[in-house]
Order: sequence, then C-alpha cells, then structure tokens
Amino acid sequence: MKVQSTVIKYGDHVDTDVIIPARYLNTTDPAELASHCMEDLDSGFKKKLEASKIIVAGRNFGCGSSREHAPIAIKASGVQLVIADSFARIFYRNSIDIGLAIVECPAAAAAIREGDEVAVDLDTGRIDDITTGETFTAAPFPPFIQEIIRSGGIAAVVRKRMEA
Amino acid sequence: MGMTMTQKILARAAGVESCRAGELLMCKLNLVLGNDITAPVAINEFEKMGATKVFDPAKIALVPDHFVPNKDIKSATMAKQMREFARAQKIVNYFEVGRVGIEHALLPEQGLVAPGEVIIGADSHTCTYGAVGAFSTGVGSTDMAVGMATGECWFKVPEAIKVVLKGKLKPWVSGKDVILHLIGEIGVDGALYQSLEFTGEGVKEISMDGRLTIANMAIEAGAKNGIFPVDDVCRAYLAERVSREWTAFEPDEDAEYSRVVTIDLDQLDLTVSLPHLPENTKPARECADKTIDQVVIGSCTNGRISDMRVAAQILKGHKVNENVRCIVIPGTQQVVKSCLAEGLVDIFIDAGAIFTMPTCGPCLGGFCGVLADGERAVSTTNRNFVGRMGHTGSEVILSSPAVAAASAILGRVATPEEVL
Repeated sequence: MKVQSTVIKYGDHVDTDVIIPARYLNTTDPAELASHCMEDLDSGFKKKLEASKIIVAGRNFGCGSSREHAPIAIKASGVQLVIADSFARIFYRNSIDIGLAIVECPAAAAAIREGDEVAVDLDTGRIDDITTGETFTAAPFPPFIQEIIRSGGIAAVVRKRMEA
Repeated sequence: MGMTMTQKILARAAGVESCRAGELLMCKLNLVLGNDITAPVAINEFEKMGATKVFDPAKIALVPDHFVPNKDIKSATMAKQMREFARAQKIVNYFEVGRVGIEHALLPEQGLVAPGEVIIGADSHTCTYGAVGAFSTGVGSTDMAVGMATGECWFKVPEAIKVVLKGKLKPWVSGKDVILHLIGEIGVDGALYQSLEFTGEGVKEISMDGRLTIANMAIEAGAKNGIFPVDDVCRAYLAERVSREWTAFEPDEDAEYSRVVTIDLDQLDLTVSLPHLPENTKPARECADKTIDQVVIGSCTNGRISDMRVAAQILKGHKVNENVRCIVIPGTQQVVKSCLAEGLVDIFIDAGAIFTMPTCGPCLGGFCGVLADGERAVSTTNRNFVGRMGHTGSEVILSSPAVAAASAILGRVATPEEVL
C-alpha cells in the first residue's frame, strides 16, 4: 500500500480532546465526527485536506481519552496516514483496529515540514520526502496488521474469518 | 529473569508459566467495561463482526455515566442503544440511572474488580483498578467489541517503571498530589507503553481512595496500567466488597524495571497542574495569583467519600467566593448516601456550593459545568487539555479536593492553611 501527498504538520502531545472534542461525542456517525475533526487545534484543517492526505506529528500523538471517535474522525476526514515520533498506546491500537494507517518514525517526524510532498510505502516502511530528497525507514507492520488496515479494520477481518 | 506484578498477571491470564516485556499474549478477560459514549461504537462493531452473543453476560459492565441523565437528544439515542443491547444480551452489570455512578468509582465500590484479574474498558481511566492489584487498562471500542464477543484480548507485555514511595504524607497532601507530582517528574509520555508499579513502605500510608486516585491517572503519564501491591489496607477494603476468590501477585525480587523513581512523601507539597498539560506541575502555594471562576470537586479521579469529606472539612463554616461557582459531584449513589448521612450535603449547600448527581459531566466539557471563553477552573478531575472543560479559550488547573475547596473559598488557587 502506497500513500503520497503533501503533509499537514503538528507538534507534540496532540490529544484526543482536540482531535474530536467531547461536545461532539453524542454521535457515532463517522461523517459527522469528521466534520469537527481538529477544529479546536487547527481551524484550517479542512482547507488543508483538499491537498493533503498525510499528517506528520511529534511525540505522544493521540494522548488522553480512549475515544475511538478520534481515529474514526481522522480517517473519515480523508486522511490516509499519520506519521508520528510516537503514539499514545490506546490511539495506536484503535487506529489499527479501525484501519487507519499509522507509522512510528522519529527521524521522519522530526525532519518533514508542513507542506512537504511525501511518499510512503507501507509494505516496506520507506518514507521519501520528495521536497527535500530525504529518505527514512520505519519498521513496516507485519502482514496481519497490514491485512487489517487494507480490509478497513479488524471487524471486517473477524467477519471474513467467521464466514470462512 | 523475574517478573513484575503486571507480567505475572498477564502470564496467568494467558495460561503460560512466564513472560517477558515485548511478548504478545492472548489473555482471558475477567471484565469488559463500556460507557454511554464508547459502548455504542463497540455495539456497532460487535454487529459488524457478525457476533450475536456476548461471551459471558456476567463479565460485562455497561455504565451510562458520561452524558447521562441524557443531556440532549443525540446522547439519549446513544444511551438507548446501550440500554437495549444490555437488555437483549441480559447483561448483569448494567446500571440504570438511579443506580449508576461514575464507572471507576462504581466498579471498585461494587466489588467488580479484584486482585490478579485482567480487565479492559473502553475508557482510558480503566487503569484505576490497579489500586486493588488488578491488571486493568483502557482500550478503544473495537477492542471492547472483540472482548465482549470472545472474552479475550491480546496484549504486548509491558516493561515497568518502579515507583518507590517513602515516608508519610504531610497534612492535607493526598494521593492526587502524589500522582500529579509523578506526572510532572516523568512527563505525559514518561511511561508510554509501560506499567507504573508502586511499591515501598510509603504505600501503607496511602488510603484505598488515594490509591484509586493515583492508579486512575497512570494514563496521564502515558502508562498502560498503574498497579499497587495488595496489602492489609487493600485486603480490608476487599473484604467488605468481594466474595469471590482472588489471587494477589507480588513482583519477583529480580524483576526488571526500565527505571526507578523515588517519591519522598515527607517532602511532597500540595501540587497543581497548570494548563494545558497534566505535566505542568507547580506547588499550589506558588499559584495564588491565579483567580478562578469555577471549582469542580468530583470525577472518577476524586469523587469518592474521602474526597467529599476533605472538601466538606475545609468548606465547613465558610462561604464559596462570590465570583466562583462551586460544583460538588459525588461519584456514586453510595457516596451520595454517605454524604447525606454524615451531614456533608448541608455543609456544601450552606457554603453556597451545588451538590449534584453522579456524572462525568463537566470533566470532559459534556454538561453540568461547561466553561465559557476566558474562564478558569480549579478542578479535581484528570485532564487540562485545550478545551477539555469547554471553550478552547478556557483553562483548567488540576488539583486535589483540599486545594479545590480552599480555592473555592478564596476565589483563587489556595491551600487549606490559608482558610483554616
């Protein structure tokens, strides 16, 4: 699986309360959640999504509440990949479970700048910053995790197995 | 190589002799928890998976505590979805309005968590139950759905940070100050992917309510879980609540820790966390310049009876400052009854505070105390992120009930010594 686009860049400790504020947690509808994604952190997020499909962030991305609404909102916004220095652990599990691609790569997270054109090969973990010419390598996910992400989440994988 | 408390619990739940940090284990679950915000997403996933029956209706707890009693029509719809699922699946531990309390205050009180058990909850503060020597951790709704369907969850065995507590707490200093101080020391990702294992002779100086507060905020240091040894104080607490058999685990002498942090309780001050991260800690006495508009005393962190008692002790005979709304939120119906029986409700009302029903309400900016632009609160809750309690232009300062009550009286961050 390959993803390429310009990058939206954020700092450290982006918490799930700013990814999707609790005042919008009275719904489970992904499209409605997406409409409020990041609004307390970045009022320009929706505009940036017209060109960008990749978020690059610093340490501890997704910290705080366990709300799965956070990765759901990001994914339903059209974001295809989040690269970070590190992820908060519940967000990390939730992203895989719902099929949002995430990559932990401190070197890439530090070097890539807002607006850089970046190409990522999720099968190999290779990250190319096309704007600067730099290349980074992240540990790729094992095949079973890649299958979950390709299938759109673990529910679909479990269902397929139960039907088999 | 020896094992930590957490590693021993996970190994037993996976049916293996031993395990090491980094290993992946599939563990049997003793309890799967969800609330009115996270369970509806889990129920949708449960159905998407093609599951039709929960693995054990007695090992699931569904607790409508966040936006309940329903704050609006959408919240009512989600609460209804959870209620109907609970009825259809004959969930034993579904707590309807009138019996419900804040999940992490309620479950320990009801004896639903015990030492050595493995518990997941679709709520990040599920780590609270480490106070009774359980392995418990927050997960998302999909993990909850898989847990409800199969009774199992996979875990990466965590490394641990050993937190050694020494000495004895000074007057008014509490478990909340211990955990805020620790988060200030190691940072909000200081224990990322790891366990926080509390130990040392200072543990016995901390009440069960204090330990529940400390374990509750392990997630605020990024930890997978926080856990205490099971001592006489814990056994006495469990004796009144848990009738089933349980097993306490102690760490091996040669257990491996990634780091050791020592906290000298004698030296610990009343501590607050300034906006907008729990790691921004400072002694409360150095923050007297911070005027406030609201005080919240309650939550899964500090809504237990001893928290109510401390607040009442300080508010007794005083008035809440005319510039402050003071909102006291008991954690459970049992806490409400104790407050009534002990005369605490009269103290709160006579002081000019409001005493409400149990709810998570304002902690996450839901209802019952949402902040406007430019407003600042002192709160005994657990997070002070941007917009956590309302408008993105509002601020939350985290504190203990003692500091919160004193602050309510003086209209600024204050310590009990200033009012007593």
